[in-house]
Amino acid sequence: MATAAVTTERENYLNAEYGIKSWLLTTDHKRIALLYLISITFFFFVGGFFALLIRLELLTPAGDLVLADTYNKLFTMHGQVMVFFFLIPSIPATLGNFLVPMMVGAKDLAFPRINLLSWYLYIAGGLLMLLCILTGGVDTGWTFYTPFSTGFSNTNVTEAGLAIFINGFSSILTGLNFVVTIHRMRAPGMTWSRMPLFLWSTYATSIIFLLGTPVIAITLLLVVMERAFGLGIFDPTRGGDPVLFQHLFWFYSHPAVYIMILPAMGVVSEIIPCFSRKRVFGYKAVAMSSIAIAVFGFLVWAHHMFVAGISLYAALVFSILSYLVALPSAVKVFNWTATMYKGSISFSTPMLYALGFIGLFTIGGLTGLFLACLGIDVHVHDTYFVIAHFHYIMVGGALMGYLGGLHFWWPKITGRMYPEAWGRLSAMIVFIGFNLTFFPQFILGYLGMPRRYWQYPPEFQVLNVFSTAGASILAVGYLLPMVYLLWSLRYGKLAGDNPWGASGLEWTTQSPPTTFNFDETPEVTWEAYDYEHIPLPMEVTLER
Amino acid sequence: MSDSPLLVEHPEHDNPALLHHFATPEQQRNTASLGMWLFLATEVMFFGGMFCAYLVYRYWYYNEFAAGSRSLDIWLGTINTVVLICSSLTVALGVKAAQLGKRKQLVGLLLATLVFGVAFLGIKGIEWYQKYEEHHIPGHSFDVSDIIQNYPQIHIDPSHSQIYFSLYFAMTGLHALHMIVGIGIFAFLTYYSWKGKYGPEYYTPIENGGLYWHFVDIIWIYLFPLLYLIDRKPLR
Repeated sequence: MATAAVTTERENYLNAEYGIKSWLLTTDHKRIALLYLISITFFFFVGGFFALLIRLELLTPAGDLVLADTYNKLFTMHGQVMVFFFLIPSIPATLGNFLVPMMVGAKDLAFPRINLLSWYLYIAGGLLMLLCILTGGVDTGWTFYTPFSTGFSNTNVTEAGLAIFINGFSSILTGLNFVVTIHRMRAPGMTWSRMPLFLWSTYATSIIFLLGTPVIAITLLLVVMERAFGLGIFDPTRGGDPVLFQHLFWFYSHPAVYIMILPAMGVVSEIIPCFSRKRVFGYKAVAMSSIAIAVFGFLVWAHHMFVAGISLYAALVFSILSYLVALPSAVKVFNWTATMYKGSISFSTPMLYALGFIGLFTIGGLTGLFLACLGIDVHVHDTYFVIAHFHYIMVGGALMGYLGGLHFWWPKITGRMYPEAWGRLSAMIVFIGFNLTFFPQFILGYLGMPRRYWQYPPEFQVLNVFSTAGASILAVGYLLPMVYLLWSLRYGKLAGDNPWGASGLEWTTQSPPTTFNFDETPEVTWEAYDYEHIPLPMEVTLER
Repeated sequence: MSDSPLLVEHPEHDNPALLHHFATPEQQRNTASLGMWLFLATEVMFFGGMFCAYLVYRYWYYNEFAAGSRSLDIWLGTINTVVLICSSLTVALGVKAAQLGKRKQLVGLLLATLVFGVAFLGIKGIEWYQKYEEHHIPGHSFDVSDIIQNYPQIHIDPSHSQIYFSLYFAMTGLHALHMIVGIGIFAFLTYYSWKGKYGPEYYTPIENGGLYWHFVDIIWIYLFPLLYLIDRKPLR
């Protein structure tokens, strides 16, 4: 590999400019994507550290590793860091930032400076969150439920609320940039029906960013103001209504689940056709199901509140609407499966992640139906069943999609290939570790183990030991890519412009791309996923 | 490449305002305009959360809301509404002046907008100070015994009154914050208009700044009746 380093590199976005200033003041969407990649990886490991401590505490039935109060802080900060500082920005801010302009055939996002601003807002929010963690943490649960958060908790609720408030503006600006870019910056010939499905799901995600995030912003601001100035809006002793807080909170935070899963679905929709060498089955259905998920996603929030004292009729309507989300989700799963049918499938690393995604997302989605059912929800509400369900969606779904996408576009982003064998191995480790961690939690929850307790009856120990063992395996599965991806930056094989023989405008550019992506504005005359007409590169053919 | 890539002009165009990643000035203008409208949509959702809370509590605690509303100074509120509508007029005329390239007129209109904006905040400050003196600010020294004495006919629960005033200060406070941001934007626009940056070829910032100003104005148009005019009939 020493020869690779000697070869004169073509000018690209990475070597166009040097120095810390050229990174911190860049307006290049690809460099901003890398800034995000580094920062969200940092927060992923912060959140992962909390997860590790939680699992270690739950290894034994007694509360012996940390104090009860510390445990409350651990699961709170695990949730807040993972949801707001990793999962929500994960795919949109890294892969989305990198790919949206390239996929539409533009030189940059519509508002490059606002894009940079959004990263700085993320960092400002992140630093405040770190300050909150280091000065004692917060113990309200990631949901900030009132009146505990407003009147009783004497931890750093204000700091955490403001951190997430600031971070919300970063999401809003990213979403705004994507919607405007997809509307106004498409290259000639790039019609809506020729757009890659990743763009459709990014578009749907951005709509949720735009319409949902402001609501959590004002809600958290009201919580902060209630703590700071003594407003009584959510305080039941003064006639305020905590259930109103829950409505406002979940009006964003339920759609936020779709912010996490939709981009991962977009990634999977790119990977599956590429490694099946087939046109995606039912393009329009998959595209429209993204929009449908975003729309339905706004109409189901109260299914988090079935036991919070909302009216039975409201609960009925929200239950039915929640079932409806299964329709577009199933449309996607069936269409991906149909895409693979009779395809020429190769089990490369991104494909392994995509296949893992389909399986885990299906389990996560189906158990979601249990929770949408009014009767069963009463039984499993606030148990480990819920924990397992949403981790299947967020970790099994969103995180698998993110890792798959990162591997798939790694050659484009860095110009280097990662070691394939290590990639496949770690994909398998993640899949096995994940199931071992979270499947026992379904059973625990069904048997009645409540969430957010740091002690439990001894009969639950076996399943908890499985879960903790799985979490350790999962940790290895996340550390491995970290190591070999960094290794590949220097020692990886040079990738070439289109190592997978993939469709899409981003693969028509050099790897890594130049600062302005395209030398000339491309003109699109073909449909997305025209795999029947894309020849496989010689190397890939030989590998099969 | 020493400068930010944004400053690199497109070689095919001689329009210095056209950024490198746009093909035509029309595309750039449409893009900026769509971005602004979407931003305003997020602002609607932002204020929407509070309007939602207002709706719920006004329905539950109507008496306290009506009594709280009567305690506001309707004259100052009305004057402020007129001031803001006038400021929107000067903004609208300013956009026209920019499109026609009338620089002096543009600067004059923007300055007038700034004056109206500052006047609004000043009057709002007087109103808040009145509330401070009356102990109507939520918190430990909150006291509505004066309101209760004024309306012995109706039952008023002080804690529910506090919710009205919580919403009053949260809503007008965030509105005022938006006004302050707007004044900052317009100070910026006035400076660059005076420098002659905007004209018939390039007036997008004036147009988008104007959209923001009108939006903040419209929020007030809703806040005024919701907070001041709940029930002004004389009580018997």
